Amino acid sequence: MEGDNFVLETKNINKYFRKPVDFHVLKDISISIKKGEFASIMGKSGSGKSTLLYILSTMDRDYTGALYLNNELVTGKSQKELSRIRNKHIGFVFQFHYLLSEFSVLENVMLPAKKLAEKSYIQIKKDALEKLEMLHIGHLAKQRASRISGGEKQRVAIARALINNPTILMGDEPTGNLDSHNSENVFSIFKQLKEEVGLSLLVVTHDEDFAKRTDRIIQMEDGRIVKQ
Amino acid sequence: MTNWSVILNIAKTHLITKMKSTVTASLGVTFGIGAYITLVSFMTGLNEMLDDLVLNQTPHIHLYSEIEPTLNQPVSRYQAYEDAFNIVHSVKPKLSQTKIHNALPILNYLNTDENVLGATPELRAQIFYLSGSLELGGNLVGVDIMESVRLYNMRDYIVEGTPEALKNTENGILLGAGLANKMSLSIGDRVQISTVKGDIFPLKIVGIYQSGIAEIDDIQSFANLNTVQRILGEPQNYITDINIKLYNLQSAPTMARSLEKQFAVKATDINEANAQFETGSNIRNLITYAVSITLLIVAGFGIYNILNMLIYEKMKDIAILRATGFSGKDVQLVFMSQAMIIGAVGGIFGLIIGYGLSRLIDNIAFETQALPTITTYPINYNLGYYLIGITFALVSTFIAGYLPSNKAKHIDPVRIIRGT
Repeated sequence: MEGDNFVLETKNINKYFRKPVDFHVLKDISISIKKGEFASIMGKSGSGKSTLLYILSTMDRDYTGALYLNNELVTGKSQKELSRIRNKHIGFVFQFHYLLSEFSVLENVMLPAKKLAEKSYIQIKKDALEKLEMLHIGHLAKQRASRISGGEKQRVAIARALINNPTILMGDEPTGNLDSHNSENVFSIFKQLKEEVGLSLLVVTHDEDFAKRTDRIIQMEDGRIVKQ
Repeated sequence: MTNWSVILNIAKTHLITKMKSTVTASLGVTFGIGAYITLVSFMTGLNEMLDDLVLNQTPHIHLYSEIEPTLNQPVSRYQAYEDAFNIVHSVKPKLSQTKIHNALPILNYLNTDENVLGATPELRAQIFYLSGSLELGGNLVGVDIMESVRLYNMRDYIVEGTPEALKNTENGILLGAGLANKMSLSIGDRVQISTVKGDIFPLKIVGIYQSGIAEIDDIQSFANLNTVQRILGEPQNYITDINIKLYNLQSAPTMARSLEKQFAVKATDINEANAQFETGSNIRNLITYAVSITLLIVAGFGIYNILNMLIYEKMKDIAILRATGFSGKDVQLVFMSQAMIIGAVGGIFGLIIGYGLSRLIDNIAFETQALPTITTYPINYNLGYYLIGITFALVSTFIAGYLPSNKAKHIDPVRIIRGT
């Protein structure tokens, strides 16, 4: 294994869409993310960047090639093992915040940690409140997730992604649905996480300003990496 | 590893926020189970009552001495005509006694047998009831009244007076209800009876007996065994019938056959006498179960529909759960536990409603001449039916929940998150 400090590494990942027509979406993707690196993936619509991200997140298992997380091969593992890996090592932030709307903010944040069940309920609650405080939304803890604003929702989603202290945080257009103020906010949170916690981040984005301020831009075009 | 507290918490939240659907689905189960409990309690109660009406009064084995012709006529034993073709005209029954030979030792023997709940002696006498110049033909049955009460629920059929009164009155009689009507007699009056031989005895009416079967009530009365023996002028060992009640009804036929051989008496068992009752009960049970299962299947479809809808509504939640590390199986368990909660809650309410309705029916007046002991509709409160009910609720909701939840398990989270 070359380079012990890669948190994420892919080798020759290929993916085809079968429907509605055969389509080669990802062509020989080989990338690697170092520990503590803040990388962004850019590219036009349809360039395959989101598809790649979902493969990296282990949710999409339908591909060829090899994916390593913390230098461990995860390709070919069972759905159950992958769920566990996602739970423990990967935090995910979506474009549309995707909170469980019927649960309180606090419950949303606590849920992945409860699933992991490595800590006691009281400890989980304390951690969750800590994460919320860190993102300056501690006062919303008791609110229903459907009752808070879009920017706040995205911060709750980030808190949820961080609850199990993951190895890497992935974002699929995390600022795509936010105004510039909130986008800025999310960016500075990411930056802060990188600098203070040493978290690795991989973000898919359209937003060029956002991308430029990351450590590295991975540029995609027609299913290939054109620059990294 | 499955983290049940998390899964149940999610299931609970889904159910509480979708209260309307939850209640609708639960009500489906509730009505299904409630109707099942009510139906089955009522139907089996009715069955039991009808069976009891006949079977309780009927001994499991009835021993008596049959008057019949000798099977082997003397001529066939005579060796000189061994190879001949013998024809005997106008065969007469063998001259024998109507009493059971050695009845008292047989009774003692039976009462020590461990399969026998009780054996009681009976003396049936043909008599006439005298009312003025009128003679009404009938039976007087001499019984051990307290044993009859214990074994054949005799007390239920004594509509006026008590069995104790008969026991304590030397010349007492429990007069058939039909006879009492015909002769305008009631408790405390005296009735004169005459034996076939012409002796007349006055007896004091200490109670009225009503079996609910008019043919019996119009001719039959009861008295103490020794009273009847005295009336007939017979000794203490003169007994015409022995009624046996067993612990286990099923062993009646074999035991009857062996008693026949052992004591050279005629023995009939309850199955010979009452074969048709079994059939009636079975068919009524079949109808009950057919209706109940139909109700539960309808309830099952209700749950299936509601869960299906719920899963469509919760697509996004499913995707989030999957993305944050819940496996497909966890998602399935979330929806399965919702189905099971609906089934359990609906089922338990169904049992309660079923019990309530049963109580209600139990208190509705139902009086019929044929059944003197029945004042309300009969209900069978058998715990077994409640167990079957809740089991059925859980099984049907399990099946109804399994299909949609299995679909939820296989939903691809990526497709939902990407909106394709």
